[in-house]
Parts: sequence; structure tokens; C-alpha cells
Amino acid sequence: MKILTTTLCLAAAIALPAVAQAREITLNTQMKSYSGNEAYLAIYVTDAQGQYQSTLWVAGKKAKYYKHLRDWARGSGLNNIEFDGVTGASAGGGQMLTVKVELADALLDAGYQIRIDSSVEDKRDNRAEVIAPLTSTGAGKLTVGDSYVETFSYDL
Amino acid sequence: MLRQLHSLPGLIGAILIIVLAISGAVLSIQPAMERLQTNIPNAGQMSVGSLAGRVAQYYPGAEQIRRTPSGSIIVYYSNADQTGADVIDPLSGQALAPYEPSAFSIWVKDLHRSLLLDTPGRITSGVGALLMLLLGISGTALLARRLGGWRHLFCRLRGNWSQRWHAEVGRFVLLGLLLSSLSGIYMSGANFGLITDGMQSEPDFPSSVSAGPKAPVATLPALLATDLNDLRELVYPNPKDPSDFYSLRTDQGDGYLDQSNGTLLSFQAHNTPRRAYELIYQLHTGEGFWWLSLFLGLCALGVVLMSGTGVLMWWQRRQAMPRLKGNSPAQQADTLILVGSENNSTWGFAQTLHDALRQAGLQVHTAPMNQLARHYRQAQRIFVLTATYGDGDAPASAQRFLDRLATTTGKPELGFAVLGFGDRQFPQFCQFAKDTEAALLKQDWPQLLALDCVDRQSVQEFARWGTSVGQVISQPLTLLHTPKRPHSHALQLLERVEYGEQVQAPTTILRFSTTEAKQQSGWWQRLIGSRGPGHFEAGDLLGVLPPGSPVPRFYSLASGTSDGVLEICVRQHANGLCSGFLHELQPGDQIEAFIQPNPDFRPAAGSTPVILIGAGTGIAPLAGFIRNNRAHQPMHLYWGGRDPASDFLYEPELKSYLEDHRLTQLQVAFSRVQEHSYVHERLRQDAQLMRGLIEKNAQVLVCGSRAMAKNVMQALDDILIPLHLSVLTLKQQGRYHEDVY
Repeated sequence: MKILTTTLCLAAAIALPAVAQAREITLNTQMKSYSGNEAYLAIYVTDAQGQYQSTLWVAGKKAKYYKHLRDWARGSGLNNIEFDGVTGASAGGGQMLTVKVELADALLDAGYQIRIDSSVEDKRDNRAEVIAPLTSTGAGKLTVGDSYVETFSYDL
Repeated sequence: MLRQLHSLPGLIGAILIIVLAISGAVLSIQPAMERLQTNIPNAGQMSVGSLAGRVAQYYPGAEQIRRTPSGSIIVYYSNADQTGADVIDPLSGQALAPYEPSAFSIWVKDLHRSLLLDTPGRITSGVGALLMLLLGISGTALLARRLGGWRHLFCRLRGNWSQRWHAEVGRFVLLGLLLSSLSGIYMSGANFGLITDGMQSEPDFPSSVSAGPKAPVATLPALLATDLNDLRELVYPNPKDPSDFYSLRTDQGDGYLDQSNGTLLSFQAHNTPRRAYELIYQLHTGEGFWWLSLFLGLCALGVVLMSGTGVLMWWQRRQAMPRLKGNSPAQQADTLILVGSENNSTWGFAQTLHDALRQAGLQVHTAPMNQLARHYRQAQRIFVLTATYGDGDAPASAQRFLDRLATTTGKPELGFAVLGFGDRQFPQFCQFAKDTEAALLKQDWPQLLALDCVDRQSVQEFARWGTSVGQVISQPLTLLHTPKRPHSHALQLLERVEYGEQVQAPTTILRFSTTEAKQQSGWWQRLIGSRGPGHFEAGDLLGVLPPGSPVPRFYSLASGTSDGVLEICVRQHANGLCSGFLHELQPGDQIEAFIQPNPDFRPAAGSTPVILIGAGTGIAPLAGFIRNNRAHQPMHLYWGGRDPASDFLYEPELKSYLEDHRLTQLQVAFSRVQEHSYVHERLRQDAQLMRGLIEKNAQVLVCGSRAMAKNVMQALDDILIPLHLSVLTLKQQGRYHEDVY
């Protein structure tokens, strides 16, 4: 039984990359130095029409505030499995948020976008304040945010 | 125990609590300010739909409408070129002002809930709320105990400035303090997930929408059916996404709205934990209840005052007790020394005993008599050293001793010995020491030594008692005590006024400078300003050290700091060491003296009448009270002297006080004139008036000789019979105080 489990695990380890090819990308979010509490951010992938695909990162740990990240909340249905393991601390004004996350290869150069929804207590909630096309050539390019985000870029 | 339970969290939390209280008080103004600037329509007057219709006229790019708990309406919008937020008038939909939460109030809010330190700060704030609750409960219990039970919790308060303010403000803010701290603890618990706040559960997003053409917002039925006063938030659908929907949040629950037909797609009412959380949140922040918020803010300011006075009281208590080397904890000591002292001279003797017993190898715990514990685990013997105050009463550090003794359990195995301190000249010599001995005997504690008394701080008598103690502990004990001179100031005589030479009662009013006459030894002393005897009020005592004696004599002060001089009234006694010395003084001469506070002996502020009774030099503090009666509290003075032609002390002053109504009525009695009378006889003549005043809650302050005080008490007891009152009852109510000698 033990041998069987080990074998299965090994097989899975070898087989998995073939099933879903993934790579690591780095997300760099520079916050504006706005006045107010730390911002909650949802960084996620949509198609060109804004249809939700997957969550890359959520900054902010209290799930009860996630409803303010409106488009992402609706897309993800606020299901735990969509953001399990990809959450971290909220981002304060002037801060640089850098995270490394997994991205399925299939999403690169296929017309998808990275979007950011943002929210600050007692201030504006923003849907898609950043929209950056997810392409090999777009890596390292700065996208300017509308509200709390100064610039956003990703490195492949 | 209870006191430690109060002082310890108070000292640890003082700074934290001050920060929380001040920031809380600043935040408390906001709901009221916001309410003032807001136009709130009546219930039923306006629906969310009609508001949204008006907003649409001015804000085609509206994204979200929020209603704050105070009723302000904020619209978030974006146009082609910019985004923004405005506070609008709900009735017209027009902008009032751009909405920008002030950076200052965000900062204060952050300070209040997390001390600007994020998670560790939030934990600290929560602990602060917990300490505050602990302080509120233990403080109330302490106050109840001090006033003699819960029923007396709202009685008149006694004590010095900080004690009175601490308790007075404490009673006032208790309710607000409990509300703020309990709700604060709850919110802290909810924040850390220890308490469920019900915020997690959200209605499910609708899976499908009707996908028809977008209808004007003002026509949507669900919005027209929602009263504006119930609104919290309306989020518009994404304009680029026809399958999106409105989110509607109200006081009752949350749901989504189809943007083409306006039906409510999935509505979920708030659950009970959430309603509880929101109510408690509102009680804490006062959001939506501006009056509650202001009340809580006022209480928070009171808490700041209490932190200050609390720390001050702790410091005063610490100072009042000399620093003892190797004072063992109460529960580990085999030998206890309990001290009853009014002006600290008894502490000096206790210290000598403490050191000697420690040298003999004992574990000694020395404490004020008021700190008698209910139970001592290790104690084998107790030594009680106590002075007597006034007419046989307990001195300050022993006032609660007899009450506490009644509640003790377990007696020390080897018993007790009481040593009294006093002055044989007084009839009630060592009376409180006698009372203490009797009370201990009544408790069936075994007695090690019979009561002994030390007359006028006699070092020899104390050493003799030490020998007896040595026999008890089977070790030779030498008690060598050198009385320490109290820390005194050199004060210069400015002026003297003489009376009474002709009636064999030479009496002098002496006025001293309030600043130290001594040459300053350095600029730094001037800088730290230790140049005078400190703050004092009429009724406090001036301790004068006559040359060649370490034992001070006390005189009642007829002036306060604001009068700019130290004024006492001294009658020369035959062979009186100190009075003789003072009578010889000429302006320019100096004395060594210090202030001994006497906070119980002064009129309580307010508009109730004050009856002042005195004879001879007893006029001094009473004249001081009248002089400072700028509030024109009704004051009636009964005073007795010998002959108006010779010893009518303060005659010109009293007449001018009558004219400007600082003094309501003056009744004098003279004993060496044709139709002689005494002050207690005057009182009997005015019995009707006395009863009237007492019925109006008058306070009585008596100052003078013991014999006079006794006659006055008798007279008043007789006068009060028809009212079914006695002087004793008045004393218990804190309305009758004596300063006798």
C-alpha cells in the first residue's frame, strides 16, 4: 500500500507539468502615497471582455472586506478555492508590493489580461483600476493605475 | 488585595489608557459634527429609487452611493477624464462638497484602534480596553468599601484634591467607561476572530440575469420600495458589462438587483451575530447616535483626569511610607509591623523597629494599618504602632483598620503587641491605641505584651519597650531611635498683629513669606523651583520646629496659596516652648516650618450653608475659609473670645467680610464682660436657626480647644433632638468636622 502511494505521488510529480504547464511570474505593484488605511487589492486574470479566469494574488487578509473588490468578487464568486494560498498583507500608501506567483502557460499570449480591483476603508472602491495585457512582450512594461496604484508591471 | 488589583493595571496601563481616551474623545466629536452638516429626510419621505433618479441628473457616471450612519450621502462617480466623490444633498441630488475623509481623523482612528502599529498595536489596544474594564470594576469596589458599602456609593466624598476628584469623576464616568471598554473588548475579539461577527456570510451572486435593455435607475421597483434612511450602499453595475447587476446593502440585509427589470435577485437578511456586532459597533463609535458619542467622549476625558490623579495618588501613598530596606512580602513574613500615623513621625519609630527585628533574623513586613490583610500565611506575631488623631480618632493610615479587622480570618499564632504614641497633656492620650488593643482582644488574638505608650516621641520609653519585645522573641533587642527632623523650609516673618494682652491671653497673628528665605546654593535649585513649602489651603497645618526640638508643633493655617502669605494665629502659653518662641519673633526673623495637609477640615464646595464654630485662636482657619469664600456660599460664624476690647481677633476683617457678603452672619460671645456668655450658649439661643440650616444640608466645622468642642457638641446634640439627628450622624455623613487641640 505504501509503495503504491509513493509510486502514485512520483507519477503525479512527473505527469503534472505536462498536464498544466505553469511558470513563475513576478508581480510588481507600486502604490501611490495616498492618505488613508492600507489598501486591499485583488490581482487576477480575465479575458479581453473582462470575464474572470483565475486569481493571481489578493493583498488583504480579512475575507469580510473582499466584497469591496467588486468585479473580482463576482468573478471568483468569493469561493475559497479561488484564492487559497495566494493571499498576503494589505498594501499601504507608497509601498511596493512584489510577489511571485504561478501562472498557467496557457494564459500567456492568448488575449488575456491582468486586472487589479482595489479598495480602501471609507474611500473609493475601484473595479479594474489596472488593466495590463498578459503577453511575453508586455513583461516589464509599466501600466499606470487609476486610483491607489501608481504603476504595475510583471516579470516573466 | 483589591487595591493592588486597582493600582497595578492602572500604573501599567496609564499611558496606554490616556492615549486611547484622548483619541477616543477626539473621535467622539465626529458623529455630532457630521450630524450638524446633514439634511436628513423623514422616514417614508424619500426612497433610494428617487434619490438615485436625482443623482442621475448630476452624475451620469455614478458608480456608487453610500449613506453614512450619520445620514450623509456620498456619491462616487467617474467621468471620461476623472474620478471623484461628492457629499450631496439628498433632497436635490446636488453636490454640497467634494468628499475627502480628513487625514487627521484617519490618523486618530488608526491611533485609537492600533496605536499606528498594526496587529501588535491592535492587540495592545484590546488589552487597554480590558485594563480599563478591570479598573472600572475594582475602582468601584474600592470606592464602595471606602464609603462603607454599596448603598453609600453616592455619598459625600472626603480626602485630598486628587482623591476627591478621582472618586467624583470616577462615579460620573463609570457608565460610559463600562460601555466603552466592554464594547471595545468585543470589537477587538471580533477583529481577531475570537467572536463571530457574522460579516462573512454574503448573498450568492446571481447566476443569470434577464439580459434585457438597461432601465433608468429611478424606475427600478426594488429601489423605489427601499426607504433612503435604510440605505447603506448602492453599487452600480459595470457599464461595460450588460450581465452585471446592482448591489444593494441596507440596514436589514444585502442583495442584488437586475439592471433591466429591477427585481431583487438574491436577498439575504443580516444574521443575529451581525446585528449584534453592528449594534455594539454603534454603541462604541456613537455613529448615528451623536449624543451618545458626545457622552462617551466626555467620559473619555474624565478617564484622562483619572489616570493623572490615580498615578498622583499612588505616588503620594508611596511617599507617605518611608522606603524600608528588605521589607518582606506580606505572605512570606513571620513578623508584621502595622503603622497608624497621621504625619509620619510614627513611621520613623516603625522603621527603627523594622531594622532591629530584621537584624535579629526575622522576616519582617511593615505596612500601614489600613493594609491589614484578611489572612497571613506565615505570620507569627504582629506589632501595631499607632498614634491617635484628634479626639481619640484613628490617624490617616489607620482609618479603615477596625473595619478590616472585623473581616480577617486566621490569627497569628504568637499574637500581638500594641504600642501607642501620643502626648500625655491631652485627655485622650493614646486612645486609638487603646481601642486597637481592645478590638484585637475581642478577636481573641493572644496578647504578647500589654499596651505600652510613648509620650511625646520619647526615645527612652521606646527603647524600654524594645527590651520587652526582645524578651518576647527571646533575643536581645536594642531600639535606638533618632527622630528625624521633617524636611522644613526657612520662612521669614513679614508682619505681626497683637491682641489680648489686657485679658491675660496674649495672642498674635503672624504672617510669613511663602518663599524660602534661605540663600540659594545654586542656579539649578532656582530652576527646579524647590523654593517654598508648596501648595496649601486654609485649614491645612503649619508644622513649626522650635529651635532645639525635632518635634514639630502644628498650627492651623488661616490662608491659602492664593493669599500669598502663610498666616497663623498663636496664643502664648505659660512655659510654651514653641508659642514663646513665636511670640518673640520680629518681622525679618525666620522659622523652620513645613506644610501638613489636612484635607478633611475644609468646607465642601457648593451652595449648602456652612456653620463655622470656634473660640480663641480657633478662628484662624475659619477666617481663612471666609476670606476665600468668593462664591458667596452662605457662611455663619459663631466665635467666642474674652473681651471685645482686647482679643476680638480678626475684628476689622470679619466686619468687611460681612459687608461684601462673604460672611452671612456673625455671632460672637465674650466671657470676661458684664453679660458674659460662651459660644455654645449662643448656639442654644439660635437653636431654631441651627435646625433650619442643618435641614438645608449645612456642614459644621469646629475649631478650638477640646473643652469648647465638647460643649458645642453637647449643645448641638440637644438642638438636633427634634430633627432626630445627632452630631454622630452628621459625622458619619461627613458633614461635621473638628480641628481641636
